[in-house]
Amino acid sequence: MANSYLLEVGVEEMPAHVVTPSIKQLHQRVADYLKKERISFDNIKEYATPRRMALLISGLADKQPDIDESVKGPAKKIAQDADGNWTKAAIGFTRGQGATVDDIEFKDVKGVEYVFVEKHIAGKPVAEVLQGLPDVITAMNFPTLMKWGYNNLQFIRPIRWLVSLLNDQVVPFKILDVEAGRTTKGHRFLGHDVELKQATDYEDALHDQFVIADQAKRKQVITDQIDAIVKEHDWVIDKDADLLEEVNNLVEWPTAFAGSFDPKYLVLPDEVLITSMKDNQRFFYLRDHDGKLLPHFIAVRNGNDEYLDNVIKGNERVLVPRLEDAKFFYEEDQKITIDQYVGRLKRVSFHDKISSMYDKMQRVAVIARLLGERLGLSDDELADLDRAAHIYKFDLTTQMVGEFAELQGIMGEIYAKIFGEKDDVATAIREHYMPISAEGELPQTKIGAILAVADKLDSIMSFFAVGMIPSGSNDPYALRRQAFGIVRIINDRNWHLPLMGMQDAVIGAFGQAGLQIDFDLTANQDQVRAFFLDRLKQLFAGEKLRHDIVDAVTDTQGVDIANVIEAAQAIDSHKDDDNFKEAVEALTRVLRIAKKGKFGDAMPGVNPDLFVNPSEQQLYDAVNAVKEQFADRTVAENFTALRGLAPVISTYFDENMIMDKDAAVRQNRLAQLTILARLAAVVGNLNDLIVK
Amino acid sequence: MTMTTKKLSVQDIIFTLEQYWAKQGCMLMQAYDTEKGAGTMSPYTFLRAIGPEPWNAAYVEPSRRPADGRYGENPNRLYQHHQFQVIMKPSPDNIQDLYLGSLRELGIEPLEHDIRFVEDNWENPSMGCAGVGWEIWLDGMEVTQFTYFQVVGELPMNPVASEVTYGLERLAEYIQNVDSVYDLEWADGVLYGDIFKEPEYEHSKYAFEESNQEMLLQAFNDYEAEAKRLIKLGLVHPAYDYVLKCSHTFNLLDARGAVSVTERAGYLHRIRIMAKSIAKAFVEERRKRGFPLIHDDKLRQKTLDEYTKKAEQEKQRAAKKAAKKAKQAQKGDK
Repeated sequence: MANSYLLEVGVEEMPAHVVTPSIKQLHQRVADYLKKERISFDNIKEYATPRRMALLISGLADKQPDIDESVKGPAKKIAQDADGNWTKAAIGFTRGQGATVDDIEFKDVKGVEYVFVEKHIAGKPVAEVLQGLPDVITAMNFPTLMKWGYNNLQFIRPIRWLVSLLNDQVVPFKILDVEAGRTTKGHRFLGHDVELKQATDYEDALHDQFVIADQAKRKQVITDQIDAIVKEHDWVIDKDADLLEEVNNLVEWPTAFAGSFDPKYLVLPDEVLITSMKDNQRFFYLRDHDGKLLPHFIAVRNGNDEYLDNVIKGNERVLVPRLEDAKFFYEEDQKITIDQYVGRLKRVSFHDKISSMYDKMQRVAVIARLLGERLGLSDDELADLDRAAHIYKFDLTTQMVGEFAELQGIMGEIYAKIFGEKDDVATAIREHYMPISAEGELPQTKIGAILAVADKLDSIMSFFAVGMIPSGSNDPYALRRQAFGIVRIINDRNWHLPLMGMQDAVIGAFGQAGLQIDFDLTANQDQVRAFFLDRLKQLFAGEKLRHDIVDAVTDTQGVDIANVIEAAQAIDSHKDDDNFKEAVEALTRVLRIAKKGKFGDAMPGVNPDLFVNPSEQQLYDAVNAVKEQFADRTVAENFTALRGLAPVISTYFDENMIMDKDAAVRQNRLAQLTILARLAAVVGNLNDLIVK
Repeated sequence: MTMTTKKLSVQDIIFTLEQYWAKQGCMLMQAYDTEKGAGTMSPYTFLRAIGPEPWNAAYVEPSRRPADGRYGENPNRLYQHHQFQVIMKPSPDNIQDLYLGSLRELGIEPLEHDIRFVEDNWENPSMGCAGVGWEIWLDGMEVTQFTYFQVVGELPMNPVASEVTYGLERLAEYIQNVDSVYDLEWADGVLYGDIFKEPEYEHSKYAFEESNQEMLLQAFNDYEAEAKRLIKLGLVHPAYDYVLKCSHTFNLLDARGAVSVTERAGYLHRIRIMAKSIAKAFVEERRKRGFPLIHDDKLRQKTLDEYTKKAEQEKQRAAKKAAKKAKQAQKGDK
């Protein structure tokens, strides 16, 4: 028979962002539990509001299937003594199976006789299995946990009621003092408690009590209401999906309404207005058909449309002091100049072990120029980059950013334009923070991208220098995110820079620029490369690159991030080629033997006069051909050229004994292999590749 | 009932809340006479939230936040605002309903408004406190902070106390429908501004321009030394008074911009260390007094036994540690 079961966990208001992940989690846990308990079902339907997580399970089996099984015990010679009496081992085994020695049969297993007991386990009825749900519920995880009253249970919010209804019967259980029953609660203000006759009555019964329990339906109601308002007024709305999701999980019975504010606040930049409405109040902002922001908003109430005027008036009132503050700041902020703001940065600490924000900008300007020159910027571009780098933190000292910290960079761009800076300077100010998360948007402009890299590289070098190196979960200055940002920007722009090893150049340039650095910038810089390589691993993991390829390309002495990325792509795109295995094996053989030639850092020379076999000349010529073009080719092209040497290498090994008795010949051959090995290092360490 | 015809004055609001919460079993305490930044820091909350004894209290707490002073010019920011503080331990199962009942008493009928519980977890690192809860929105305006304490003075709560903190000015502005605190009617015919505009100006002037930094720095150190000495003597309440003084002195220094970012962390750390040892000492002093607020004798005895056992174990551990240290010192001498 197909049964329906309703589980509802009633709680005090959960955080909006927790509602959806939590109902999914409960669904998964209950499904896993039923599977483990061998109770079959057709479907699980989720319901969730801020005050409840509920599941309606349909097509539930009556009971677990019975189990007939043959349980194997000890061998016959252990089960019986010489006289044929049952031993302790046999008695113990049968007891453990809920049987007696009379139930024992012997069966042959690979020529040895063993004790067996036939067992019949009757399946538990579904109601009994469902009584195990409290452990499933209390095992749930949440981003924040709390205790309440005298209890020790940690949960997202206090549990206030439980519904556990199998068809029309309560499946009794208890969590703390809360007994499961058939009574659910309606809307906090509009509804009443309601007794459910049947599990399947749930959704309709709650609807009568002003709760739309189905998240998707509730969201649709909100969407329809918003659309109707927008249509009525001929507005344009950005129906922000995240905001809609949040609002949906703040209400049980939504009523959307429109409110207004004084048009005089429209002089404020859109970003300021939007932050005030969306982030602070969860309002949707509105535009006209020309994209101009309107002095209206749409919000969603948790209730019906009675007394809506009170609600509208209240919500309109809340916005006023916020906008009034913003307007005041906006006007005040324009009364002084960028240079004055920049001057104030001398008193703003970047970090007290490092320097002021002002001094940081001086360092970043030097790094930015270094990068800009290497990347071949024009004189005009270099001038803009230089200007941006010397002012890019100025908005931190404006009153607006003091109040709305989330507008840093955004206000910088707006004010920079007002103060007459060039567009690309202004844009770079906003873009230097990018990306602001692991998947965040990257800078769109070249100057913005260089400033972003320079700013982040300075932070990494400085914090490393003063010994504040991220470890474990401790990364208060988000240096990992910043390094990952650099890696992503370079990947995006395919910039070839010696970024993992340019600290000496940077420090030298600081010296030339006459910068006074109050800490030892050379300290711990040897750890920076490994730090970047770890971020590269993170990038590759995100691209689901094979582990051995990641290991191989990051096992490098190279300093160019783009090269490592190209190497990974090169290996990945050829890994399934027919001759790939052969080629890698030939090259790794070279690597192995080349190790025996101890040439230090110097590049050894090969003397053709010492060649004994023609294959030596062949390899010599082939390697030289690759080497000559090496600098002008991409990593991928070089890797292809190196793989192409496989047949020559193979012949070479066939015909030549590397460790020849003659020391000069031996050294000459080792020198040849060392040169080749060093070329092969362009893709990292091929020894790490697994070729099968 | 729709809106009340005569709007409640600030003192009416206080009366109403006091009567309401007294009916729910709260003792009406008075504002504590040492400067503090929030009602939570009153010993009637901070200390009484700790330990196993039940505690239900309500009181108005004038709360000083020097950095928020605006010379009496900003309609919503104040050097000193007023909180109406309710603390109930253990947290009642119907605490949310009790709170909503208090709004009804004030003439705020939930069906006529939009009332929401919006996640807002509370933390006061300098006092080693953290809790989980909401800010309560009344038609979009935050009027109350609602917290289930989880940790106070770095001690985990057992039982858990629930705290309801009304921002009285905010609430009154809503009820009286005015946009500036200074236009609030405190009592018949007397405006908030008549009473508080002058002190707001003077305190702002003092905190931002006139405070004597050397004197305050010295005072902080003196208060700290006194608090530490008193903790050792088991004089919990006087020690705590000096911690409050440290905290307010720090706030004054901070408002003056006399504290750099790192120094800031250092000061807060010093306050936290003291708050932590006071929290521990308070539980111990209550234990010595036999936890008299637990009225069920059986439960009281059981709790007392548990805590006494724990205290003795701790004593033994401490003795062992001291002996080990002495031994090591001896070795060192040889």
